[in-house]
Amino acid sequence: MTLACPTPRHEEDVVLLGHGAGGRLTAELVDALVLPALDGQHGPLEDAALLPGHPDLVISTDSFVVSPLFFPGGDIGSLAVHGTVNDLAMRGARPVALSVALIIEEGLPLEELRRVMTSMGKAAREAGVPIVTGDTKVVDRGAVDRIFVNTTGVGQRHLALRPSAALARPGDTVLLSGPVGLHGTTVLSTREGLGFESDIASDSRPLHRLVDVMAPLGEQVHSLRDPTRGGLASALNEIARDAHVPVEIDESAVPVPRAVAAACDLLGLDPLTVANEGCMVAFVAPAAADEALAALRSLPEGREAARIGEVPSSGEAGRVTLRTLVGARRVVEMPLGEQLPRIC
Amino acid sequence: MKYLDEYRDPALARRLLDELRRTATTPWRIMEVCGGQTHTLVRQGIDELLPAGIRMIHGPGCPVCVTPLQTLDRAMAVAARPGVVLTSFGDMLRVPGTDTDLLSLRARGADVRVVYTPMDAVRIAQDNADRQVVFLAVGFETTAPANAMAVLHAARLGLTNFSMLVSHVLVPPAMTALLEDPDCEVQAFLAAGHVCAVMGWREYEPIAERYHVPIVVTGFEPLDLLEGVLMAVRQLEQGRCEVENQYVRAVRRQGNTAAQDAVRTVFRVSDRAWRGIGELPDSGLELADEFARFDAARRFDVSGLHTVEDPECIAGAVLTGARLPTDCPAYGTRCTPRHPLGAPMVSAEGTCAAFHAAGRTKDVLQP
Repeated sequence: MTLACPTPRHEEDVVLLGHGAGGRLTAELVDALVLPALDGQHGPLEDAALLPGHPDLVISTDSFVVSPLFFPGGDIGSLAVHGTVNDLAMRGARPVALSVALIIEEGLPLEELRRVMTSMGKAAREAGVPIVTGDTKVVDRGAVDRIFVNTTGVGQRHLALRPSAALARPGDTVLLSGPVGLHGTTVLSTREGLGFESDIASDSRPLHRLVDVMAPLGEQVHSLRDPTRGGLASALNEIARDAHVPVEIDESAVPVPRAVAAACDLLGLDPLTVANEGCMVAFVAPAAADEALAALRSLPEGREAARIGEVPSSGEAGRVTLRTLVGARRVVEMPLGEQLPRIC
Repeated sequence: MKYLDEYRDPALARRLLDELRRTATTPWRIMEVCGGQTHTLVRQGIDELLPAGIRMIHGPGCPVCVTPLQTLDRAMAVAARPGVVLTSFGDMLRVPGTDTDLLSLRARGADVRVVYTPMDAVRIAQDNADRQVVFLAVGFETTAPANAMAVLHAARLGLTNFSMLVSHVLVPPAMTALLEDPDCEVQAFLAAGHVCAVMGWREYEPIAERYHVPIVVTGFEPLDLLEGVLMAVRQLEQGRCEVENQYVRAVRRQGNTAAQDAVRTVFRVSDRAWRGIGELPDSGLELADEFARFDAARRFDVSGLHTVEDPECIAGAVLTGARLPTDCPAYGTRCTPRHPLGAPMVSAEGTCAAFHAAGRTKDVLQP
């Protein structure tokens, strides 16, 4: 048996688009190159980090490079607010303040910039979070594509909530707050002119109120994650890996909007790996599952919340299994890298 | 959803499985020709639910998988040239060539673009008069009409900066080659529904008759496949060998004659090498003389390339159904979607990729 790679691996010495796709390639890059250089922490990487010395404060940062800038259901401005607010929320935190950094391409029409900023301001007001600091850079034509946005957020945790990807445990019920696949298919369809954009819109929205209504359940809420890049498949695999538990979901229970199913069928995509910007998965203790589901459904953004699976008491730790429509079982793999670049 | 939900109904699926159990009295081996069908079977776990003894053999119908390494190496040689925009369906980008793949070339500065239809490639050529735009035209009879239309459109526009690297393949010669193999275990075929939507099924009738093999034109949804298997098993049990059509909502016996006309206008039948299988007579399409000016292999000198297949990859045996991906010593270890040794691990329709995506391991399930 030969251990040497039989074919040359030229791809290894440059960064590929797939390295930024949030799947296995991204994880490899972060683990092998980024974290060692930065003396990064070992253990699960969460959506937001605890601030050292401040157990109730979390911080998160995210950059937005979506193309096109405007799409049904949102734009780069609102997305930049929602993305960071949601990363904070997944650690059980309310957003306290955001910073915004803009990198703008020379030649961007001021009108487009105004639209982006107006949308960003509106999204921040609706989420109830002030934007307290920022930075503006303009670069030569071609150095970025129109505008890139970074937001960083600080959040204050609910005292009772301590969700972490590592805390899912056997018996947990897996809840999903809304349908999957809308954001990725909307942005792709808009960018490529595929024609689905008249039937669907991005689900981009803040999720912290959904977390608020689950706060009374306290420590019975074990893990929260918003399935952005890499989709539901990625989010479930991360929780299964970090908590060392098996996860089993029911294909028929996962809400997939019809237009998303049609678009994915045509394009050969799996709705479970398509990005979302407005839903979350929650692993909750079985005793609290009904209450959590009712709480999620009490808000408009959780109206379509559903119970999609559970953490079985036996099974291979770290493995996500799907009961298929026809009653067989298959493994849901961590996506290698999203097929759709620049969706957020 | 119309034409979607009703073909995924769990209760109907159970009923078809029950019917299949009642019908099958002895083991049968059935090949689904198309990679799309393989994908549904494995993704839904349908092959695991079939009655004991009915074994699905996964066929060669993955266009990415059977595209010869030489074509890939040619595409990469063309893409690496200055002034060239290479366009392709997304699946081809990660297929390893002898030295590299198209994604890596792109990361190094080559202009490689994913398109969803060859007409997009024509549009890119219109918009970039100073660049040579090349479309990598692979696939079965299903994609040939759209590619033919793109060439006709480019000819109408008088474009001189558009060309195609053509590696089209045809299903019936591959089925015949499999059946001519003395070791062939296939007792019935599920023919590829979308290929037949274009070509109809007349050309399958002599195959069924000559080799005494039932052929069922079958769709791609779970219930399509279950019904296709049931129809094939009924024929086998009754000793019939006919061409039947399960995919009635999409396929007519004569097929889509307008599409066939476009293909006949632009292409001509030629011998073709299939990756992993070898050269098959009259099994491919190449540009007809009248459209030879759109042939990228002529426009760019791509001779003198040295292609080397990975010696460990058993793609040929997997493509002909002789071996399962899990039989391969490299499967899941040295060959993964991250580091594919061969094309079947890359394409969404590749058998190895379908097995890997469904988490199938060597110790689980050897149907």
